[in-house]
Amino acid sequence: MSFTNHRKMQLYGALLLLPAAVLLTTFAYLPTVTTVINSLFLPGFRGAPTEFVGLENYQVLFDDPTFWKVARNNLIYAVGTIPTSIALALGMALFVNGKLRGRCFVRMAYFTPTILPMIAAANIWMFFYAPQIGLFNKLLGMLGFSGVNWLGDPSVALSSVIVMSVWKEAGFFMIFYLAALQSMPPELKEAADLEGTSRWSFFWRVTFPLLMPTTLFVLINALINSVRVVDHLFILTKGGPNNATNLLLYYVYENAFSFFDRTTAATITVVILLVLAVVATLKFTILDRRTHYQ
Amino acid sequence: MSNQSRIRLERVTKRWGATTAVDEISFDVTPGQFVILLGPSGCGKSTTLRMIAGLEEASNGRIHIGERDVTRLPPGDRGLSMVFQSYALFPHLSVADNIVFGLRSRKVPKAEQRERLAKVAELVDLTDYLNRKPAQLSGGQRQRVALARSVISEHPICLMDEPLSNLDARLRSDMRREIKALQSRLNMTVIYVTHDQVEAMSMGDRVILMQHGKIVQDGTPDELYNRPASAFAASFIGSPAMNLLPLVAGENGAVIEGEPSTPVAPLDAVGGHLGIRPEDIELRIAPGSGVPANVLSEEYLGADTIAYVAVGSHTLRVRLSGKQALTGQPCSLYWTSQNTHLFDAEGLRRDDLTPTPLPSSSRSIPRPPAVGSFQH
Repeated sequence: MSFTNHRKMQLYGALLLLPAAVLLTTFAYLPTVTTVINSLFLPGFRGAPTEFVGLENYQVLFDDPTFWKVARNNLIYAVGTIPTSIALALGMALFVNGKLRGRCFVRMAYFTPTILPMIAAANIWMFFYAPQIGLFNKLLGMLGFSGVNWLGDPSVALSSVIVMSVWKEAGFFMIFYLAALQSMPPELKEAADLEGTSRWSFFWRVTFPLLMPTTLFVLINALINSVRVVDHLFILTKGGPNNATNLLLYYVYENAFSFFDRTTAATITVVILLVLAVVATLKFTILDRRTHYQ
Repeated sequence: MSNQSRIRLERVTKRWGATTAVDEISFDVTPGQFVILLGPSGCGKSTTLRMIAGLEEASNGRIHIGERDVTRLPPGDRGLSMVFQSYALFPHLSVADNIVFGLRSRKVPKAEQRERLAKVAELVDLTDYLNRKPAQLSGGQRQRVALARSVISEHPICLMDEPLSNLDARLRSDMRREIKALQSRLNMTVIYVTHDQVEAMSMGDRVILMQHGKIVQDGTPDELYNRPASAFAASFIGSPAMNLLPLVAGENGAVIEGEPSTPVAPLDAVGGHLGIRPEDIELRIAPGSGVPANVLSEEYLGADTIAYVAVGSHTLRVRLSGKQALTGQPCSLYWTSQNTHLFDAEGLRRDDLTPTPLPSSSRSIPRPPAVGSFQH
């Protein structure tokens, strides 16, 4: 290939990449860079110029007990939602992948929470959790127990939010597991059956390892989702009571739009990005080595 | 050999809704036999095999293995192994783990597993590949892993479901011999499903030919080739296929449609078919006392040539040795009456009639001594 021809091909390739590159730069890279820059400056008051303060914003943030509380909440939220929703998703996928009467209906039922907009779902759960008229307290009342203030009691509120998130997420992850299960050749099960392999043993020795790529994908998604929670907090608790259910992104939102403290918002955002990047890298390097891709 | 590996099917039927895939099939496999289930796709051969394996439940009838009635037993309790068309290897496990998979399920002690693995790997020539993943193996090697997995179980019965159909032609002929050698060495009872008549003829001690869920013929490869039970069996075995010529009434007996001068069978055969294998026809260029014909075209295959010859209103295939250029020439055809077959209007073989012998024939075009390598 001649030199000019080669250049032409390069130009051609660059042009093909352009639309995606423009979109990503505008909506992902530029904002990220701006956020990082913002987190290093203090805004000037009354027309004074912004002032470069280096890592001082981070120092202030790490000294803020509310930030640590929110971060701890988020960790509990992640630990509470991720394994539960993944296990539930896998269980549901295995269940609806089998021979089952009304299989389509069950699949649809499992998937419904995912189609529901978060705001709508949160409103439905408001009625479940409401102290006097709520479904849960009504049921407890019928059994003779006194009601729980699901969203108002600081010791219960976060768990209530977690339960709702698991309900919302599991159906979505189930779809990925179901797709992976259906791409698994049925002869594998037959070959194992001929050797008298028990279901349990087949699951742990064949199904689960072959689902590892899906599990990894779902795990990353679940992790990202766990720091992306804004909308249901907005409906259910507004982060309260006393920040008991406040999570990182909602805290960012509060700082940026309620307290108009853009700098703190930017600082927290950068911290979240760093933590996510580190965790994702760890996951891919450690789990990838143990994962079989077909 | 113990009776443990005797397989007996009694009127076994498989229905899915209104369709009957397997229709009251009965046969009996003696230990150590290599039995082929042969037939076109959709004839029910794979379903029959899967019912023996227990992967499909029989709608009716009984299946016995040894002294036991296994009709309702789960596959793992039937004491047999199976090789799948797709090999069904576990992609995330190494060759060694794939082979010992069943032993682990059956909780065979580790030391014994290793011992048996080493022996079997040696047997199928996989010793150097034990640490590889199936994706790193060629098709033939994957096939060997599948074989090893069934051999290591030491079950006396091995079922094979078109195990060679994913391999290329050359590898297939090597594997054919390997499987056959393995079977006779380990004295396994094998039921082997295929649609490939070459595999059937070359490997089987016995061939069960099926069509529409029923057994058409059950016999040795020899019998299938030399005494086909029906026109279907005749056309399914042998390549190129047997010529089947409709017979009509002539002056002195049944004649080939459009060729009234030479009677070829008694009048009773009218309405049926005369079957002659391409390799059993002798073609002479000079006009003579045989059946007059005209060479339409020929197909050169290397070792031999297939000539397409017009007789009356029909075209026959004639197998000639070497390269021949005969197109457009008039000729006459000869065959001996023991090499011809008569079938009635339903396609069933008629042994009550003998084809009329043609006037004497001497060979003018040399024929390979044993074309139709299945002939004895």
